[in-house]
Amino acid sequence: MYKIVTRRELNPTVTFMSVEAPLVAKKARPGQFIILRVDEDGERIPLTVAGYDRERGTVDIIFQIVGATTMKLNAKKQGEYIQDFVGPLGNATEVEGVKKACIVGGGVGCAIAYPVAKELHDLGCEVTSIIGFRSKDLVILEEEFGAASDRLYRMSDDGSWGEKGVVTAPLKALLDAGEKFDVVIAIGPVIMMKFVTETTRPFGQKTVVSMNPIMIDGTGMCGGCRLTVNENGKKITKFACVDGPDFDAFTVDFDEAMMRGRMYADFEAHAREEECNLLKAEVK
Amino acid sequence: MPIVPKKNPMPTQDPKVRAHNFNEVASGYTPELAVAEASRCLNCKNKPCVSGCPVNIDIPRFIMKIKEGDFEGAYSVISEYSSLPAVCGRVCPQETQCEAKCTLGIKFEPVGIGRLERFAADTHNENSTEKPVRPAANGHKVAVVGSGPSGLTCAGDLAKRGYAVTVFEALHTAGGVLVYGIPEFRLPKTIVAREVETLKQLGVDIETNVVVGKTLTVDELFESGFEAVFIGSGAGLPNFMNIPGESLKGVYSANEFLTRSNLMKAYRDHSDTPIMKSGKVAVVGGGNVAMDAARTALRLGAEHVYIVYRRSMTELPARKEEVEHAEEEGIDFRLLCNPVEILGYDNPDDKRDPKNGSVVGIKCIRMELGEPDENGRRSPVPVPSSEFVLDVDTVVMSIGTSPNPLIKSTVRGLEVNRKGGIIVNEDGLTSREGIYAGGDAVTGASTVISAMGAGKIAAKAIDEYIMKK
Ligand SMILES: Cc1cc2nc3c(=O)[nH]c(=O)nc-3n(C[C@H](O)[C@H](O)[C@H](O)COP(=O)(O)OP(=O)(O)OC[C@H]3O[C@@H](n4cnc5c(N)ncnc54)[C@H](O)[C@@H]3O)c2cc1C
Ligand SMILES: Cc1cc2nc3c(=O)[nH]c(=O)nc-3n(C[C@H](O)[C@H](O)[C@H](O)COP(=O)(O)OP(=O)(O)OC[C@H]3O[C@@H](n4cnc5c(N)ncnc54)[C@H](O)[C@@H]3O)c2cc1C
Ligand code: SF4
Ligand code: SF4
Ligand code: FES
Repeated sequence: MYKIVTRRELNPTVTFMSVEAPLVAKKARPGQFIILRVDEDGERIPLTVAGYDRERGTVDIIFQIVGATTMKLNAKKQGEYIQDFVGPLGNATEVEGVKKACIVGGGVGCAIAYPVAKELHDLGCEVTSIIGFRSKDLVILEEEFGAASDRLYRMSDDGSWGEKGVVTAPLKALLDAGEKFDVVIAIGPVIMMKFVTETTRPFGQKTVVSMNPIMIDGTGMCGGCRLTVNENGKKITKFACVDGPDFDAFTVDFDEAMMRGRMYADFEAHAREEECNLLKAEVK
Repeated sequence: MPIVPKKNPMPTQDPKVRAHNFNEVASGYTPELAVAEASRCLNCKNKPCVSGCPVNIDIPRFIMKIKEGDFEGAYSVISEYSSLPAVCGRVCPQETQCEAKCTLGIKFEPVGIGRLERFAADTHNENSTEKPVRPAANGHKVAVVGSGPSGLTCAGDLAKRGYAVTVFEALHTAGGVLVYGIPEFRLPKTIVAREVETLKQLGVDIETNVVVGKTLTVDELFESGFEAVFIGSGAGLPNFMNIPGESLKGVYSANEFLTRSNLMKAYRDHSDTPIMKSGKVAVVGGGNVAMDAARTALRLGAEHVYIVYRRSMTELPARKEEVEHAEEEGIDFRLLCNPVEILGYDNPDDKRDPKNGSVVGIKCIRMELGEPDENGRRSPVPVPSSEFVLDVDTVVMSIGTSPNPLIKSTVRGLEVNRKGGIIVNEDGLTSREGIYAGGDAVTGASTVISAMGAGKIAAKAIDEYIMKK
């Protein structure tokens, strides 16, 4: 059993928790994730490591309430326990040699993007962050991103916060102006990552995306998290949990990933938004 | 006494009823049936059956105890050799092991050795109240990676010798394939839980939710005071066929399908884990795993389930009994067929149609058996222009698994073979001092009894290694 030592609501649908898991805390790196089960009959769900304190032995998670399991998790109070908590899984985000990076986060994807921005910033890298939300009440981690970024672009779908528009708009403007990054890291809904990739591709700007397919074991045993990448003209099946979650954006088959992401749409009382509204205003 | 030509039949649930529930198919011999079956044994002097058992259980000795009505005595004999008799009695492929060598089998049906083994173990488990005694500690620590039959056996044998053993398991429940793979209707999970409980009473510490290679590395285990490590991480990496359509919605690996049902209890109504509600299912493959997936699909409510296998009935690698049970339950065997493509729904007018990308069929080609190869196995070759389509909405790929590369990639100097299996010597020792391995992680997908046997051999070698240090 794993104790919830801190619990904080970041907005009505997004909650932060700090969980006692010393072994995981010792090893965790930005970009990695954990898998948890709230209780005995619970489903296993993956959540990104949003932070950690190696001394205190705690791991932070930030999750959006989208369905049964995240709802159950959200109902847990500070001081209560989570049944299972395993990790850190997947590969850490590649930060070696990165001097200048652009982090693009969409919605709750910002929770996954933040620890990466922070690590890069702590390593002395120049960080440009572009974060987008549907509207003002869904904003999370604004201050934290501010502290971890040299430049911060704030975008919202309806203009109620920051600038009105999609995250690819400032990204395209920067690239048009001749800006070059060692890497652009995009994290958010698959559709958003697809559009970011379409934006950077013409510039040959190296781009990494963090893929979040449905997972069960997270150790390469079930194959449920598989996705297709194109390597040198060959289609190859990869398992996001062990080969990822980060992938070279220019190789990923996003359409297939979106299609697979809708596998349990009927089962889930709460089908996740198939598309980030933020991006409905087409990027081209 | 005249020879009884046929095995005493195993009492089983009616196929029509059991096809819709997850209760165990076979209910086991009654004491009367067990004694009758034991009486068929000729108590052969040369004991050919023993050589067919991978752990060489003294079969006639335990069978004679059953014949005399000394059921507990029978159990004691078996437990000298095997630590999981209630499991092996149920799942061993007896027809290719012990029973294949039985003298009676030359002219008649062999003695039901597996059924008798199960009977002895079940009777012991029902009646025994004695608690295992925790042996005196010898002050040495050993780590075991993986809680499948190989890991559990190695842990148990070492604990009995006084070692402080910790088992590290990646999943949230101990038991390996016995809990996440083999379904409830063939191996009730209470049996596995009982074995795990016994180990705990012996003092074995089981740490679930630890992925060795991620949460902890093998080197860190040595640093924290473990003097030897046994790797029993199994062969969990699913293979796919690499045919078009394998990424469609409704295509599962058998591991995912069975894990969702068994480990995550998707079959129970109150489970949070979704599993596709299937109408027609094609399971590709012919091993135990394929039979389990097909029969699980049926129990989850599928109206029609096919097994698609590229060779013929005689080559089916699954246990004979499971094939028979599957047939009785109405599984439709399409033999000498090989899938070439999985077909998906595509609405050209509406790219956002949620049905897009769902499986609607599987295209197969007929096969015929060619000339025997150097191993005498006749390999299947496609019959030109014989493609046909089976209408299905779910496809379960069950064409084998390989050892997971996670451990290998995080242990320096650990040698593996071409197929990813860890290389060991006859004692289970790997290319690194103090690291032993066994079970499917070494051999690739094999059997419960051989994994258990490997765990026993390694436990003995680890004991000798540490005592000599
Ligand atoms: C590597 C990875 C990291 C993630 N990190 C975060 C994070 O930091 N914060 C966060 O809020 N979310 C994160 N997610 C998504 C999160 O796992 C899902 O939101 C969660 O599983 C939903 O479960 P549910 O039962 O509440 O909702 P459900 O009603 O079951 O599902 C809602 C939606 O969540 C997705 N989902 C469901 N089950 C799974 C599963 N087992 N694995 C992955 N996705 C699933 C589906 O696309 C579904 O449409 C991550 C996913 C992955 C794969
Ligand atoms: C569906 C199915 C049906 C089968 N039917 C039969 C049958 O009827 N008869 C028969 O004899 N055999 C059968 N088998 C085969 C048999 O179950 C296996 O050969 C046997 O379980 C292998 O045992 P093992 O101890 O090597 O590994 P496993 O049982 O595979 O256990 C390995 C364990 O190690 C854990 N693990 C893996 N990596 C790590 C890590 N890095 N850190 C920590 N833990 C880790 C896994 O989670 C797992 O729990 C079947 C297999 C399947 C899948
Ligand atoms: S362990 Fe398996 S092979 Fe050995 S006697 Fe028992 S059923 Fe036969
Ligand atoms: S070979 Fe058959 S008949 Fe002979 S001892 Fe073994 S089980 Fe009995
Ligand atoms: S989650 Fe099972 S293989 Fe990736």
